[in-house]
Formats: sequence, structure tokens, C-alpha cells
Amino acid sequence: MADRLDPPIEQLLREMAPQVLSPVVRRFRDFAAAEDAVQEALIAATEQWPRDGVPANPRGWLIQVASRRMTDHIRSEVARRRREQVAAEEAERLALQVEGAAETVDDDTLELLFMCCHPALTPASAIALTLRAVGGLTTAEIANAFLVPEATMAQRISRAKQSIKESGIPFQLPTAEDRAQRLRAVLHVLYLIFNEGYASSAGPQLRRADLSDEAIRLMRIVYDLQPDNTEVAGLLALMLLTDARRAARTGPEELVPLAQQNRALWDRQQIAEGIALLSAALPKGAVGPYQLQAAIAAVHDEAARTEDTDWPQILALYELLKHMSDNPMIVLNHAVAAAMVHGPRKGLELLNALDSDPRLAERHRLEAVRAHLLEMAGEHEAAITNYRNAASRATSLPERNYLMMQAARLSDLRRADQ
Amino acid sequence: MRFILMMTGTRANWDEYAKWSKEDLEQNVAFMRAFGKELKDSGVFVATEGLGWPGEAKMVRTGKNGEAITDGVFPESKEFLAGYWIIDVESPEQAYKIAARASAAPGPGGKPGGIPIEVRQVLSGHADLGL
Repeated sequence: MADRLDPPIEQLLREMAPQVLSPVVRRFRDFAAAEDAVQEALIAATEQWPRDGVPANPRGWLIQVASRRMTDHIRSEVARRRREQVAAEEAERLALQVEGAAETVDDDTLELLFMCCHPALTPASAIALTLRAVGGLTTAEIANAFLVPEATMAQRISRAKQSIKESGIPFQLPTAEDRAQRLRAVLHVLYLIFNEGYASSAGPQLRRADLSDEAIRLMRIVYDLQPDNTEVAGLLALMLLTDARRAARTGPEELVPLAQQNRALWDRQQIAEGIALLSAALPKGAVGPYQLQAAIAAVHDEAARTEDTDWPQILALYELLKHMSDNPMIVLNHAVAAAMVHGPRKGLELLNALDSDPRLAERHRLEAVRAHLLEMAGEHEAAITNYRNAASRATSLPERNYLMMQAARLSDLRRADQ
Repeated sequence: MRFILMMTGTRANWDEYAKWSKEDLEQNVAFMRAFGKELKDSGVFVATEGLGWPGEAKMVRTGKNGEAITDGVFPESKEFLAGYWIIDVESPEQAYKIAARASAAPGPGGKPGGIPIEVRQVLSGHADLGL
């Protein structure tokens, strides 16, 4: 996309992307080619609209351009197979059908999301495909966000489309019994996109396309389509309540832990929106993990000062979460909450359960939490060892810097005492 | 997650390499080209570079006034980086598998060279210790 594209046009194109792609896929029954055709139509729009003005029916314009590209594609495909005549007629017929078609935009976008987040795809493929097909981002923008060359991202997207083709995933809404499971897969992909953006907002990185904003935007679309699903509301609330702290979360170079953040920088409006969503969802019954995580984020966000944090409530929420989801990261956070309520010894005791848990792939997180609790318990020497062990296994530079600093801070204290 | 695969060799290894037959060299070059293409086609490629001959290597330190003090005589046993690949994969195991493939680059007589490949994780800019 052009560097200085008019922001309203860019926004409009992003909104249009899934609404244009769906009807084209449905008509031509070829997801991979349709996706390419729509990308070309979007690029054509970024060139023509700023110059000639936005057409009266932008969606119709894009569908028409994409369909023309599809027609060309089919013609050349068929020419290759030497059946020019028949297929050209077929292509014309298909192109004609598109015009004047009244679409149910809502179902279209949902169908696309279900397809792009299909469980048959790896998370990396599903993320890339969702950002391009539903989010309307260009391959270059996605590559930039994930710090890989554009050619590598293009290859990933094309492989993802290939696996959709090979697995014969139909482009249609899943059956009622599949629906809940498929929606969970969609939410998981959007959750991963959000985390990718949130986690990378600190550190010595070049500016990256804002994945958190994009995840929230897509999540709002899903919420508009499924407003009665409480986990959909829960995930949107979780994103808003977490993202609200963004401005306070990073210093000039390093990340600022929750306890030390300047809470005046938190986005109050976003917090209010998240809490309203959550408050409306919770009484509807069937409380799921996203709602619980959102509730925990809300308790943090509601504390005016760190020391006002309602830890007993957070602990109770983590206990519910622990029963619901057997995830070592939840065990870890639960131990922190228990330490805040019952003292560091209780937390350290709970951490022991994780020592032999093979699922906790990132051991440094366990060591970092243990170091923190040991420090709370006044065992500075052991805390230093654990901070250093955690630093030596950290997989990110801001994390490693943070952990090294903690170890150095404690050993400076010890030296000063001696 | 990103990994760097580093191919290293001693001066002795480089000297041997200089004496390979044309056929052996051609096979090795063809393998490296195909390997690079595999990385690109499978969507894991981030970067690759090959480095100049270690005979030209200099160790540089700062002098008292910030001037460059160079030193170029290295012991025979010193390992030199020959080149590297950076890949973006889903797991360490996937990186090890790719490194093993690089290590299989043909040596003299077309047999797998078995060159050791050092695999190290490239730190991300991410920060989510749950903070």
C-alpha cells in the first residue's frame, strides 16, 4: 500500500476486504485464486481512489474488479488447458452473476474467519491468512509485523492456501455441532495476534504494524456478529482491558511491570468499555476462560494504586480458571496471587508442582516467578540465583535485560549491606 | 521462534576446503543453492550470508585514544564462522532438523560433510513475563 494513503480510504479498504472476498470465493469456488484477485483489487483501489475519488458503491467496485481478475485468471487457466471457448463463456456467466448480487455480509465474514482459522492449519499459517484475507493487510505489512522477508511471508500464505485446497475444507458455515469448536479456533487465533502485538510493544524493535489494534478491530467484528456469545464478549473485554495499559507498560528502553506502572497513563475509556462488556456477559451464565481472564484484568485495572489491588478476588478467579483449564501458565499466575494473599511461602509451595511439568516449555518464566517470590520472602541469595538462571534462558532481549537488572539490584543491595 | 545456524571451521578445515576437486566443489555449491531454496519455499527463511576467508580476518580492539588496533595472527585451532542462516520456525526441533540438513552438505567424494552447525536462538523483542 502507498505510504501516504488517505487513512479513511485505508480503513474503508480494510473493512471491505472480507466483504469482497466472500462473494468472490462463493461464486468462483477457488479460495486461493479469489484471495489473490481481491488483493489485486485492493491494490488497484489504493492507486485509483485517492486520484479519482471513492466510488459510490465501493464494495461493488471491488467485487467487480476482483471478478474481472478472476475471469482473466480462469481464461488463462483454461487457455492453458485448450478449452478456451467453453470456459470463457463460463467465466462471463460467473462474472455476470456477481453483478447486482445482494449479499449477507455478516455470514460472509464469519465463513471467511472459520476458513482462515481452520484447525487443519498451523497457528502461524492461520494468523497470516486471517490478517490478509479478513484483515485486508498486505503481505508486506504482515511480513513487517512478523519480522520476516516479504517473500517468506508470501510463501507461508501460499502454502496455507494450498493446505486449505488439499484438505478440501468447504467454504461454508460449519454445522451446528462444529460451530462452537470452530469459533473457539477463531478466538484463539485472534488472541494469538493480540498477544504478538502486545508482547512486541516493548524492546529494541523497529516499529511494527500494530497487531494489537488489528486484533481488537477483528474482534469487534466477531462481537458484532455474535453478540450473545459470552466468550466472544469476554475475549474482546480481555483485549481492551489489557491494551488499556499499553502506554504505561514501556519505558524508553525497558518494560515496566504492572506494579510499577503509572496508572494515570491507563486508558480509562477503554477500561470502562471492557468492564461494561464483561458486566453484561457474566450474568448470562456459562463463564468461560476468556471472561475469567478479563475479570482478572478488570480487577487490576480498577485498583487506583498497586497496593489497592484486590488480591483475594484475583486469587479466587485464578482458582476457577485453574479448574477450567489445565495450563501451566495459569498455575504460575495462581501461585503469584496466592503469594500476594497468603505470603510468599504459599506461592513457592505451589510452584513446586511445576518443577517436573514438561509442558512449561519456557522454564525461565518459572524461575523468574520463583526469584520474585524468594525476594518477597527475604531470601535474596536464592532470588539472585533464580533471576540469573531465568535471564540465561530468556528468549527475548527486554526480558533478559529486566531479569539481569533484578539480579544486579539485589546483589548491589547485598554488597552495600556488607 | 528464530534461530541462527552457524557453520564454523578451523584454519585447517578451510585449507582442506581450498584443495577440494572441481566436482566436489560443484556438488557442494549445488547443495547450498538447493538448501537455500528449500528454506525459502517452506516459508522459514529470514536471512543468510557467507563470510570471507579467515586469512583476511582481523581482531580489532580500541586503543587509548579510540584508534583501531588490529591483530590478525590466530592460533590454528581457532574456529571461524564460515556463514550463517537465520530461520523462523515453530519449534527448536524444527531448527535442529534443518541444521542437520545443512550439516549433510556434501564434502569430498560427495559424502555428507557432517560439519557441526551451532544452533542458537535469536532473542525476540517480545516482553510478556505476564507483566
